[in-house]
Amino acid sequence: MSGNAPGKKKPTASRKKAAVAEAPRPSAPKQREKSTGLHIGEAAPGVAKVDPIIVADGVRRTFGGLTAVDVEHVEIPRGAITALIGPNGAGKTTLFNLLTGFDKPDAGSWVFDGSSLSGVPAFKVSRMGQVRTFQLTKALGLLTVVENMKLGAKGQKGEKFWHSLVPALWRAQDDEIEERAMRLLTKFKLDAKADDFAASLSGGQRKLLEMARALMSEPQLVMLDEPMAGVNPALTQSLLDHILDLKDEGMTVLFVEHDMHMVRHIADWVIVMAEGRVVAEGDPVTVMKNPAVVDAYLGAHQDVDLGVVTGRYGDGKAGAGVTAAQIEAEGRAELEDEEK
Amino acid sequence: MTITRSALARRVPRTIGVLLALFTAAFAVILMTVSPASAAPSADGDPYRVSGNVQLDGEPLEGVRLTIDGPGGLQEVVTDANGQWKVGVPEKNETYVVTLDEETLPAGIAVVDPEDDTPNVKEAEVGQGGRVTVNFFIGEGERHVTSFFDQFVQRSVTGISFGLMLALAAVGLTLVYGTTAIANFAHAEMVTFGPIVVGAVAAAATAAMPIEAALAVAIVIAIVLSAGLGLFLDVVIWRPLRRRRVGVVQLMIVSIGLSLTMRYLFQFFIGGGTTQLPFAAMEKIPLFGVVQMSWIDIASIVISIVVIVAFALWLSYSRVGKATRAISDNSPLAAASGIDVDAVVRVVWVLAGAMAGLAGILYAYYRPGLKWDMGTQVLLLMFAAVTLGGLGTAFGALIGSIIVGLLVELSTLWIPADLKFAGALFILIVILLFRPQGILGRRERIG
Amino acid sequence: MDWLNILSNSASSIISPATMAYALAALGLAVHFGYAGLLNMGVAGFMALGAYGYAISILTFGFPWWLAMLVGLVASAGFAFVLGIPTLRLRGDYLAIVTIAAAEVVRLLFLTTAFDPVTGSADGLSGYHGSFRDANPLPDGNYGFGPWVYSSDQWWVRIVGVIALALAVVLVWRLMASPWGRVLKGIREDEDAVRALGKNVFSYKMQALVLGGVIAGAGGIVYALPSAVNSGVYVTSLTFFVYTALLLGGAATVFGPLIGSLIFWVLQTLLSNLLPAMVQAGILPFMSQIQAGTLRFILVGVALMLLVVFRPQGIFGNKKELTFVR
Ligand SMILES: Nc1ncnc2c1ncn2[C@@H]1O[C@H](COP(=O)(O)OP(=O)(O)O)[C@@H](O)[C@H]1O
Ligand SMILES: [Mg+2]
Repeated sequence: MSGNAPGKKKPTASRKKAAVAEAPRPSAPKQREKSTGLHIGEAAPGVAKVDPIIVADGVRRTFGGLTAVDVEHVEIPRGAITALIGPNGAGKTTLFNLLTGFDKPDAGSWVFDGSSLSGVPAFKVSRMGQVRTFQLTKALGLLTVVENMKLGAKGQKGEKFWHSLVPALWRAQDDEIEERAMRLLTKFKLDAKADDFAASLSGGQRKLLEMARALMSEPQLVMLDEPMAGVNPALTQSLLDHILDLKDEGMTVLFVEHDMHMVRHIADWVIVMAEGRVVAEGDPVTVMKNPAVVDAYLGAHQDVDLGVVTGRYGDGKAGAGVTAAQIEAEGRAELEDEEK
Repeated sequence: MTITRSALARRVPRTIGVLLALFTAAFAVILMTVSPASAAPSADGDPYRVSGNVQLDGEPLEGVRLTIDGPGGLQEVVTDANGQWKVGVPEKNETYVVTLDEETLPAGIAVVDPEDDTPNVKEAEVGQGGRVTVNFFIGEGERHVTSFFDQFVQRSVTGISFGLMLALAAVGLTLVYGTTAIANFAHAEMVTFGPIVVGAVAAAATAAMPIEAALAVAIVIAIVLSAGLGLFLDVVIWRPLRRRRVGVVQLMIVSIGLSLTMRYLFQFFIGGGTTQLPFAAMEKIPLFGVVQMSWIDIASIVISIVVIVAFALWLSYSRVGKATRAISDNSPLAAASGIDVDAVVRVVWVLAGAMAGLAGILYAYYRPGLKWDMGTQVLLLMFAAVTLGGLGTAFGALIGSIIVGLLVELSTLWIPADLKFAGALFILIVILLFRPQGILGRRERIG
Repeated sequence: MDWLNILSNSASSIISPATMAYALAALGLAVHFGYAGLLNMGVAGFMALGAYGYAISILTFGFPWWLAMLVGLVASAGFAFVLGIPTLRLRGDYLAIVTIAAAEVVRLLFLTTAFDPVTGSADGLSGYHGSFRDANPLPDGNYGFGPWVYSSDQWWVRIVGVIALALAVVLVWRLMASPWGRVLKGIREDEDAVRALGKNVFSYKMQALVLGGVIAGAGGIVYALPSAVNSGVYVTSLTFFVYTALLLGGAATVFGPLIGSLIFWVLQTLLSNLLPAMVQAGILPFMSQIQAGTLRFILVGVALMLLVVFRPQGIFGNKKELTFVR
């Protein structure tokens, strides 16, 4: 059916233009300027920020007897990259769910960009400019990659029931959105796949697609739940670059990551959670020396380097010891997982 | 663990092969004995008639409601402008209970009969001719009323008994759902299968032994074959589909197809009518207050309770029972911790089959009568019970079943009896409005 | 065996009102199940409301036929709306159970003697054709050729059925090719992802539920146009048969429901004529004619199982369009 549907067409001239305009970027890692002076006073859990985009107070969520999240006070600095770290089960994903309206807290309130978000449903949170991705990738498998992207755009006229029946009302806007989608896809090196079903992408490519799709809505705050998990090392560098680019474009980024090397590489600020609480905050270098953090991650084995434990590659030389075959096997296993 | 598992894997196919062969043979024999000739003659549109005329001093009374209970279930009818009423019934040589709802008579008017303390209730036998007329003596007088409390007690007892029977079937449904994620619509046919076997075997065995013994033998065989049916379906359909990793929605639709197939197969072999099992029309004995029960009713309650308690103990304490709960909780984790999921699932299917078959037999006495689509009639109530309890939790299914059983029976105190199933289903919808995860269920994870 | 009669009956079912009614119902279900991923098991309820809404409006309220049709459609839409409020927040399998239960509640309400004067309880309703037939522009007489010879009233029913079907097909086709349809398909794939992109998932699902419900309701009306309305028709099996028809053609397509319903009814008519004839001719031994009639429903069940496992995308569908992602 999709072949002759009026809403879809062959790649247009605009798409090709977009592809030419965007020259391949050098993928060599470059150390960019870190934002500093984000906080007021001593860096401690719940420290006030100079210009916070999110301020959360007393947010608590329990599942039966288990307290998954119990955050007294936390502020996310605007225009910076903040990493949310903590061992598995620390409550990071649950906190994401709460902040984005996907879950309801037992208690607590939080403010995004000056307006209270408690009780606001997820789709409205997203419309206000706070967009998230998921730990388990949610590519929309039976939509093409470009359709996935177009779904991300806000304020589409053709998404209203009656308007959608009159293509004249939305065709021009749709073409515009498609052009923007192709530009982003080119940047994320997915343009060649634009007309493939998203189900045919590899796990890492889906992560990229999900992030790109989130960007289609031109958010102020991007929340990425483990964006690097399952992405092969060849792609991680470009993912990191994309995240850094977001900051350059004026967006705020909050992301969950386990790999300390990556956190150190791109984060301006680090918030550490353990057992539902914020146990430490600070810039990446000081946080990693904080005994509370070491304790949260390692328990008794405090003689081991934290980067080694949390990183996926033993010696920190990401990707160096990994063969192409291994990466491919990983990808295949991922695909199988996805199919389940 | 891996060693035992592979050893099991090698041994199991042969055992299953033998079982399957036995099962198929037994099934074939049974289907032979239930020849189409013995089946009731009609499919749709019941052939026999119960009718009557409600008049007061020669004037017809319109809009008087009567309920007719007997083989084929409860029916309601309202008199027409000529005071006449009639209903079709599926069986002749059977007794039907006709109750006139005195609430629908004009004020001050009642059914009068000094000989009878419930003059508005009459028994009528549809004889060889297939027709019977039931008339009531209407006049001015005191209405006979069972007090609300008495009715409440009586309905509660029936409701609990129905709920326990429902639980017997629902527990299997929910365990299958918990361990395999199949919302199994064909569970209805597993319920119908039990009484069909009983009917066939009892009919064949009465020639060789006294009817009590024949019934006992028939019930044992029916439960064994019902268990066999569960195993058969798992081996032939569900396990291969698990291997193919067929999605849950597909599985559900497969079960719908299977349900249709089996249901019409039953109709193919036993016809569209209702047949009675031995002792279906047993006399009721007064127990306490207004509560009356036949020995079959009492046996039904006792059997349900014993089986459910035994099952609960098994689920809580036995190794396989614990494994079952572990799989329901988190299948991949259970598999990773060395539980042989396939073997446990097979046990679950066998148990689900056996309990569904038993529930079906009890249901055939409760209705009363055995019919090709009797399971389908309670399938939604089973789903309602399971959903109320929270899909996939066995104890939830038990509680849900008893709630549904009580709802069905007690609702008739306020709403017409032919809407009692509708009432229960409606309340299911309302409860889900407030607790989408069921009463004991958990919410799903996001992210 | 009277081959001519058997084949002629089967060919006649190609444009029978029942085929069109199934096609409409299956198209409505395609919107629900194929495009929006809503596991609606209450199709029979939507059809019943369309049919009873139409018949009751004429018999009890004396409405003209077109207004009665509108009432039927509004009744289905209302049912969709009321059902949607509690159920659209539920997980897929819960939705299935609640919708099937709701449809059964609707049927039991039409069956009960409590509302006998309006619903006709077990006897159903008939004799509501006057207004519709008066509007028939065709002069009296028989028209057509071969197996397709019908009276002018029969043609009038078929013409209205085809118009309804054509309107519904165009509507669904336009919608699914628009950004609106894109959101809907996204919801089918993963509603949380779509929610995270700022779409009001509940509202879209509700729109889809009402749209599909209205189309299924139209199917119920077309089903009621030629003859009578009886609660015995709107049982859960009807829902399952519509699913079979839909899956035959392909769930997430616009023409799949049409083709599927066509195949379903032609085969049903063929078998219901052929099998008893074969028994009579002694070709199928060990079987009575009644049993031969039951056989075709057994085959529906088998077909449904095989389809959903081996060709979930429908017999003409494209493998890539298969909709069972979860
Ligand atoms: N829906 C849920 N039901 C029950 N427990 C949950 C649920 N979601 C999360 N949890 C529990 O809450 C804790 C925090 O989980 P999560 O937020 O996913 O941790 P993280 O993302 O930091 O690894 C864990 O112990 C987890 O098991
Ligand atoms: Mg997490």
